[in-house]
Amino acid sequence: MSPVITAILVMGALGFCLSLFLGIAAKLFFVEVDPRIEIIADLLPGANCGGCGYAGCSDYAEAIIKDNVPPNKCVAGGANVTEAICSILGVKVSLEERKIVRICCRGDNEKAKKNFIYKGANDCYAAILSTGGDKACKYGCVGLGSCVKACPFGALSMGDNGIPVVDETQCTGCGSCVEACPRNIPKLFPASQKVAPLCSSHAGGKMVKSVCSVGCIGCGICAKKCPEKAIKMVNYLPEIDIKRCNGCLECVKKCPTGAMVDLINISSNNQEENQKADAA
Amino acid sequence: MNNYILMMVTAIFANNILLVRFLGNCPFVGVSTNLDSAIGMSGAALFVNVLSSCITWMVYTFILVPLELEYLKTVAFILVIAALVQLVEIILQKVAPALYRSLGIYLPLITTNCMIFGVAVLNVQQKHTFMQTLVYSIATAIGFDLALIILAGIRERFSLGRIPTLFQGFPVALITAGLMGLCFYGFVGIGQ
Repeated sequence: MSPVITAILVMGALGFCLSLFLGIAAKLFFVEVDPRIEIIADLLPGANCGGCGYAGCSDYAEAIIKDNVPPNKCVAGGANVTEAICSILGVKVSLEERKIVRICCRGDNEKAKKNFIYKGANDCYAAILSTGGDKACKYGCVGLGSCVKACPFGALSMGDNGIPVVDETQCTGCGSCVEACPRNIPKLFPASQKVAPLCSSHAGGKMVKSVCSVGCIGCGICAKKCPEKAIKMVNYLPEIDIKRCNGCLECVKKCPTGAMVDLINISSNNQEENQKADAA
Repeated sequence: MNNYILMMVTAIFANNILLVRFLGNCPFVGVSTNLDSAIGMSGAALFVNVLSSCITWMVYTFILVPLELEYLKTVAFILVIAALVQLVEIILQKVAPALYRSLGIYLPLITTNCMIFGVAVLNVQQKHTFMQTLVYSIATAIGFDLALIILAGIRERFSLGRIPTLFQGFPVALITAGLMGLCFYGFVGIGQ
């Protein structure tokens, strides 16, 4: 027999034996994996933002199949992804309303008093740990942009006056910024909510007045003037029952400091500004 | 017996497979970021190394040499090692899913790990007996594990230290690996 044929035969036999061996092992140590997990993981956006409450997209996909977690938690993917997952699972679509993050502090460099000039590490947590932040208001935005850095979708940017600005077209409502803020300034609101107090201060009126010109002083005028009784004062801040709110904007008009804000108009104003900026 | 001990000491320290022979440096830098996965990798490497060395030795001695096909040893060895790594992967996925996930891409990379193949070839080049092959492969794998775990331990400490931005991550790991290599060269003088 020529050496060439021997070589081919030997290598072929070796390969065949090994593959047979592997095949048996694969059968013996078979791990059952639901093929739907991979399909769903592919459908999810893959940003691993954590908005669903799981460590990442593949974790959430696993939870949907194994723990019967509702498939509508992917805020980043939105309705399309939910529908696609539902069609794989064979369940009816139940959509959650889209949420948008709002920066609940308007005390920028001009409107809020500062106690000193902070020149430390450029991080909100560092500023609060070391000095408590430069602003006199201990509830307000520190303005160093930890939320901006945390946003996986580039929806946040630092405004000119030291308060982050939300790009509502980009915001998916994943809540990464909410987690990243040491003072809970970014809050998630349903996209249809019409008014909200853009202030986080639980301090009393006198205190707020002394440190910020646009803070909520907790006077409760909005609650009294609301024709639908949709506003309730809790701990010096108004809380809005969005089911009752009819969008009359009475609270916005009557607010003495301008802490209550018309969210729908803010969005359109922002968009107009963006368009102008783009055009320019 | 003395020979075996000498062989082990040489393979672990003086001729450390990672730091003196520079074989298998991919996982050395890649998996040494935390101690847990380094230990897992060490276990996998030890297992695959010993098993593949023994089997490749048998394949070489009982199949390739009698048929005068020694020139095919590279192909045959790679085939055997690839199948073995696949086997380890299948078993790990079933028995220790957490370890399987933490090893990630490095487990399939053992397939083409220079250390595994290098040891297999060294065994037949140096005309080891089966017993010598066994001892030598265990010793080289222990040398690999030792260096890998030491580096992982050092790199875990780095997370506590203040390292200049420029050196963070791989640069400082490579410098450390280089210094470790110098230290291990010190063992070369043993016995002379």
